[in-house]
Amino acid sequence: MTQDTLVRPVAQSPPPRPPRRGMPSFRRQGRAAHVFLLPFLLGLVLVTAVPLLASLYLSFTDYDLLHDPELIGLENFRRMAEDQRFWASVGVTLKYVLVSVPLQLAFALLLAVVLDKGMRGLALYRSAFYLPSLLGSSVAVAILWRQLFGHEGLVNGVLGWFGIEGESWLQNPDTALSTLVVLNVWTFGSPMIIFLAGLRQIPEELYEAARVDGAGRVRQFWSVTVPLLTPIVFFNLVLQTIGAFQAFTQAHVISEGQGGPLDSTLFYTLYLYQQGFNSFNMGYASAMAWVLLLVIAVVTAGHFLLSKYWVFYGDER
Amino acid sequence: MRAGVRHVAMCAFVLLMIYPLIWMVVSSIKPGNLVLSEPGLIPSEVTFQNYRDGWNALDEPFSLFFANSLFVSVGSIVGNLVSCSLAAYALARLEFRGRRLYFAITLVSVMLPLHVLVVPQYIFFSQLGMVNTYFPLLLPKFLATDAFFTFLMVQFIRTIPRELDAAAWVDGAGPFRIFWSIVLPLMTPALVTSAIFTFIWTWNDFFTPLIYLTSTEMFTVPVALNSMMSSETSSGVGALFAMSLLSLLPILVFFVTAQKYLIRGISTTGLK
Repeated sequence: MTQDTLVRPVAQSPPPRPPRRGMPSFRRQGRAAHVFLLPFLLGLVLVTAVPLLASLYLSFTDYDLLHDPELIGLENFRRMAEDQRFWASVGVTLKYVLVSVPLQLAFALLLAVVLDKGMRGLALYRSAFYLPSLLGSSVAVAILWRQLFGHEGLVNGVLGWFGIEGESWLQNPDTALSTLVVLNVWTFGSPMIIFLAGLRQIPEELYEAARVDGAGRVRQFWSVTVPLLTPIVFFNLVLQTIGAFQAFTQAHVISEGQGGPLDSTLFYTLYLYQQGFNSFNMGYASAMAWVLLLVIAVVTAGHFLLSKYWVFYGDER
Repeated sequence: MRAGVRHVAMCAFVLLMIYPLIWMVVSSIKPGNLVLSEPGLIPSEVTFQNYRDGWNALDEPFSLFFANSLFVSVGSIVGNLVSCSLAAYALARLEFRGRRLYFAITLVSVMLPLHVLVVPQYIFFSQLGMVNTYFPLLLPKFLATDAFFTFLMVQFIRTIPRELDAAAWVDGAGPFRIFWSIVLPLMTPALVTSAIFTFIWTWNDFFTPLIYLTSTEMFTVPVALNSMMSSETSSGVGALFAMSLLSLLPILVFFVTAQKYLIRGISTTGLK
């Protein structure tokens, strides 16, 4: 991903330069480079490439760790098509991605715009909003969330002050997933900081010109800020979407690893974990992992293709 | 006047966001039976019994889990700093065949879901008899597999003037000498940022320890908290909150002391 063109214009790998006076030969640099890269190359082979191929192979097998893997062709994928819990996990994950990512980014953008314009105490607010992003993926905060939305938790306690009878948010299949959406939206600080970095790069002259033309603040936001910020919106969107597809910890803690009630918080990765590490269906889990990889790849590629229509690079020639 | 209104609104919003955390702090010092019945902030009774109960709620005291987490986190920091800085220097500065390819692989692997690799990795480590050791948690870090940090360091090295290395080449320094004496000292900010994020991510990591660590005495703090929660020990919610809060303290300390690096790390590379 070309993050550098989005956030900070850093040169892409420069074209090979003519050798400088006194520079060591290409061959000597190449030898040294491979010494420097030794851990990286070992990792690439042992931790990434071989497992990647192995998991592709395993996805066509039935394997329980005890007996040898047995090749069964596309059976795992056929089983997926009939597996209701698989489809439940797909539904939960899609709902989560489609609702929580846009909400989180909208909050991030709104707060970044409010904080950007000469607000005093910016550093303090920025830190306060960023804090949840650091804590949000921890088990501790997931435990906190469980209590917050529990039947006798803080949320219902506060609703009680207003005479509203709260409900069992986590026991109700209609609301359990929403609590996890709220948790993800709560961590809007990290995309907000990226938005703030982007806002700082919009030249003030553009706003002045817009004001001269009689544009109010709302008009300035839609005609100057939003178009110039689309590269950052795109970057955040891609990153947060990939992250949301892989959500695991919060769902595991809140539902004690079950994904309940009635599979309403059975995230895709949680079901994959259950299949692989509770039931030791390593073949099925691998097949699920490859489906996830393909979906993420397709969605990311889709984002890139669609970006032509809405992402505006100011420095395009 | 308008600025005043905006500050009041912002402060209210900050309070709303932070309120759950404050509630957790207050609840951890309340007697267990009051935690859920009093949503307000001023406890009618203060006790530290929750901390005593929580500390010993599992078979092993929490001091052991903290020590385990610290070991894994520090090991991960060392691994990431050494392996990623070596790779980053080669990718940013040396000319060799395949450099663009390796850099492209680094970028792509930032997006690769861990779940595609975890099943074969688990099989691999289990066949080597390394399940329930810290090996599976630490080895990948020493092999530069956290591509985010390699990327971050490459970007940073590119901002260091090349003339510095060129001058050293002319003076007869080799690549190792240049890396060690010139580039590494200049990339301290990138190293600090990587160290802090490695610490926070490793400290918070739940998935990997959950898979590999099976016996209580090996648990890191997140796995211990999870196990304490699902065992529904007699110590109750107050004790669970007390230990949760303690588990967040190292991150809060880093947050307060290293904000500058955290914010810069986020805004330049977009890592979480």
